[in-house]
Amino acid sequence: MSVLRRSPFFALAALVLALAAGFFVAASVQAADDHQVVIKSFAYGPKEITVPVGTAVTWLNKDNEVHTVVSKNGKFRSSALDTDDSFTFTFTEPGTYAFFCSLHPQMTGIVTVVAKE
Amino acid sequence: MDPKTQSTVGTDGLSRRRALACMGWAGTGLLWTLVGGVPTATLLTGNAGRAQAAEPMGAFRFVQISDTHLGFNKEANPDTAGTTRSAIDLVNGVAAETALVVHTGDVTHLSKPAEFDSAAEMFKGLKVTDFHLIPGEHDVLDEKQTAFFDRYGRGAGKGWYSFDHAGVHFVALINVMEFKPGGSGRLGPEQLEWLERDLKGRPASQPLVILSHIPLWTAYADWGWQTEDWPQAMQYVKRFGSVTALNGHIHQILQKVEGNVRYYSARSTAYPQPAPGEGTTGPGPLKVPADRLRSVLGVRSVAVVPKSEMISVEDTALA
Repeated sequence: MSVLRRSPFFALAALVLALAAGFFVAASVQAADDHQVVIKSFAYGPKEITVPVGTAVTWLNKDNEVHTVVSKNGKFRSSALDTDDSFTFTFTEPGTYAFFCSLHPQMTGIVTVVAKE
Repeated sequence: MDPKTQSTVGTDGLSRRRALACMGWAGTGLLWTLVGGVPTATLLTGNAGRAQAAEPMGAFRFVQISDTHLGFNKEANPDTAGTTRSAIDLVNGVAAETALVVHTGDVTHLSKPAEFDSAAEMFKGLKVTDFHLIPGEHDVLDEKQTAFFDRYGRGAGKGWYSFDHAGVHFVALINVMEFKPGGSGRLGPEQLEWLERDLKGRPASQPLVILSHIPLWTAYADWGWQTEDWPQAMQYVKRFGSVTALNGHIHQILQKVEGNVRYYSARSTAYPQPAPGEGTTGPGPLKVPADRLRSVLGVRSVAVVPKSEMISVEDTALA
């Protein structure tokens, strides 16, 4: 009995989880023109993002310290970003782009670029 | 601003920090002497007192300044030019016994030409014969990373160098140009090879003073306050009897003794930073009450006794 009683609950829970997962995927693959990473408290937020090809990603420094955004494999490199400075790069090819701050290399992040559906 | 107002702030009586600050205003200070790795403090009462207290015959003194961050003007210190000038005045105050000044990096905040110009103009005011600099990561932010070296570069190689002064061998290392994602300060294989060659054949009795911007030792790994390939360099320096490593970058006094190596981190002349791991925002400019700022900025004076293992380090606040 208890098993029978539990299964609708689990089905519902699974449905909710599936919806939530779908929502997050939808939310993280944002429209091509409005993706922003905020630099705050010596961290990139969000640290990892997924965007469709053609997206321009803007990093905005809201810290009191200077930071940079440098691609690990040399694909892009910002100049020094002081407070409220920003840097934008448009991703034209699918792939995984690891980046870090060349002043504080412990700050790292990843942009995953996926093909448009 | 009347610095004496600082001494009456607070209600917890006369703390050690405040007592030290009071001594600073009275022209006195504490001289830390390290003999065999055991620090002992001697109260100073002026130059004569200093000479008697801890400087045997033949000692020579040099000054370390660091992290001037010229161009920085945010709330942690809107007047870095003013505090740099105060630091230079302080150095000139002991000019009679100081022929050598070293700057351990972050001369500028953003590597801008105007910032380097302003630095050059101010450094003209230093009344010393020898002035040696190394870059911090803030000095190599220009696209080609040449602005610092165009002015202060020397010798062959990529900017690192060594020199002898009064029998002491100084090594000026660069650990701000070889960063890797997720890493810390790094010297890189080319510099390590150079260091090995530079030290080979030198008598182990010669005192070594090693300058770097980022700490060579692990001051705080989570904030990158260390040099990841320093352990390899240790292979070349461990045979020396007296090794003193001086760094900047973290804008505070920290020290550590590890075997024959004594590590000292210096104050900035621009703004303080949090103690390792303190607070939630990571490293970076720390705002302190304006009337307290100069008490957490300063310069350092180092006395070395050639052919001995004796080194004394004295940190003096701007106020």
